[in-house]
Amino acid sequence: MRREAPQRFGDYAPLFFPATMLIVFFVIPFATMIAVSFFQRQQGGFYVPAFEFSNYQRFLSLFFANVLGFSLMLAVAVAICCVLLAVPFTYLLTRMARKVQIVWLVALLSVLSLSEVIIGFAWSTLFSRTAGITNLLVMAGIMSEAKALLPSFGAVLTGMVYQAFPYTVLVLYPALVRLDPTLTEAARTLGASPIKAFFTVVVPALRNTITATLIMVFIFALGSYLLPQLLGRPQHWTLSVLITDQAIYQSNMPFAAAMAVFLVLVTLGLVGLTILAGRKGEAA
Amino acid sequence: MSEFLKQTVGRRAVLGAGLTGVSMLAMPSILRAQDKSLKVGVYGGYFKDSFDKNIFPEFTKATGIAVEAVAEPTGEAWLVQLEQAAKAGQAPADVSMMSQVSMLKGQATELWAPLDMAKIPNGANLIDRFVNKYPDGRVAGIGAVSWYITLVTNTDVYKEAPTSWAAFWDPANADKLGLLALVSNSFLLEVTAKTYFGGTNALDTEEGIQKAFDKLAEVKPNVRLWYRDEAQFEQALKSGEIPMGQYYHDVTGLAAADGNPVRSTFPKEGGIQDSGCWALSRASEKVEEAHVFIDYMSQPGIQAILSRKVGTSPTVKRDLIDLTDEEFAAVSSDIEPIIPRYDLYQTKSDWLNQKWTELIVG
Repeated sequence: MRREAPQRFGDYAPLFFPATMLIVFFVIPFATMIAVSFFQRQQGGFYVPAFEFSNYQRFLSLFFANVLGFSLMLAVAVAICCVLLAVPFTYLLTRMARKVQIVWLVALLSVLSLSEVIIGFAWSTLFSRTAGITNLLVMAGIMSEAKALLPSFGAVLTGMVYQAFPYTVLVLYPALVRLDPTLTEAARTLGASPIKAFFTVVVPALRNTITATLIMVFIFALGSYLLPQLLGRPQHWTLSVLITDQAIYQSNMPFAAAMAVFLVLVTLGLVGLTILAGRKGEAA
Repeated sequence: MSEFLKQTVGRRAVLGAGLTGVSMLAMPSILRAQDKSLKVGVYGGYFKDSFDKNIFPEFTKATGIAVEAVAEPTGEAWLVQLEQAAKAGQAPADVSMMSQVSMLKGQATELWAPLDMAKIPNGANLIDRFVNKYPDGRVAGIGAVSWYITLVTNTDVYKEAPTSWAAFWDPANADKLGLLALVSNSFLLEVTAKTYFGGTNALDTEEGIQKAFDKLAEVKPNVRLWYRDEAQFEQALKSGEIPMGQYYHDVTGLAAADGNPVRSTFPKEGGIQDSGCWALSRASEKVEEAHVFIDYMSQPGIQAILSRKVGTSPTVKRDLIDLTDEEFAAVSSDIEPIIPRYDLYQTKSDWLNQKWTELIVG
């Protein structure tokens, strides 16, 4: 089927609704946030319109650099863990019978219906000393006494990977389903073991998909602010937690906005670099 | 895209949409004018439920003013909303229960309509410090309820109740404490000053505050959880997962009454007494009704009901209330309380917040 390029104004009509939504719910709020980030904070009050860089200046310190660094590192770790788990999982899933696939996908979708709060509290119970999984290990005789697994970095990572995993599978699934099975068959005919065929044929064929998935999970994880609070110590708090503190508890909107703008810029920069690197790799 | 921008949506369509929008926004005020009513903001959850059940129906019966309770979030989120709405001439709630820090911040922008004490005769019953005033003497808010933050412990883990806030510094309590995560709601600087430096006056200077921060840093290894969310700590305290910490005296009392192994102790240095004020948004048009409401709430009889049903500590003078000694002890204590240095959270808030965040996160 061939479609003609839009000729008249009316041909753009289907775009109006999404465009309006995008402008009203994304462009305007984002522009407001950028504007507010230059406003002047009135300590003990709110803010007044101004144009100054003091909010950004306050952010440029070793302390916030560390927090930002940790947030990025955590998001990268979550993205890598999710992709490492999800690629083999989804690959195996696509080889299964249709009925089994549906059951798995419905189960994964139902995880998506859980809010961050529920996930956080569920894991904090699972990792607790009094009611957690270590009690099972004690019963099985593997551990001598139950202990708390939280607050810790591992707990934060587990919670966030759990939360992002269904998204990862859902993004990978269409690409893997469409993957031509004859590719692997050819590799097998030429004598590759299933594992070797997976790594030398399936993974390279999916390189773009995997990069896109990594970026998506990275951005998704970067915005997390509840799980680090529920499962981690203060040193595991992400920049998003501090932004929330400033916006909600300190009513320091200009500083919160400046931090958020900075976070968005750094994220866009990293995503841009990844895409650039991907293109170069392809050209080589 | 530029092509598309030139093709303007008809002017009439814009006008029409604008008109519809304005009339929709105006509707509530038309509806509101029909009968005597008042929108009252109280903290959501348990607090609002108690007010809906025990206070508001009686008030409507006594005065004929219908109350629409609005659940407000804790922290300063509600202050921000009220402020933004007032700029647009709207009042999401006429009267709201506000924390002391929020009261001061609202004063800075004249958010609170001054109250006329002549219309609040029962205001004379109040303990002086619960009348919140603008620097020039106008009344910004009237004490609604007060509450204590005390030293709480799990009775299974601690057979003996601790007697002093110094228990937080005891190396034996490593990794056992749950403390509030914000400088402006944990009031731990005041606790440190009262326990180790003779009183909250030690926080008058920046050097004094620095000393308190340094002392407070010693508590860090003992803290398992810095909580923003109350449910998170309450659950852990009940189960013994985190057996000691600071928490609200009223809620802990209710949990103990339900059979949970928890206790709340007033340390010998005193519990932290915090309070909420009734304050009227300057955007509200229900000035008369608001005064009637605030006056009603300041009656000793109503304050006694609040103490018995909600577990808050009264803001009116003790000798005016018919609470028995036992009932009074359940919600308060004769030990001189630690009164938070609210002024600091207004004049030095950013500096304190930065030092505090660096202390616990760093």
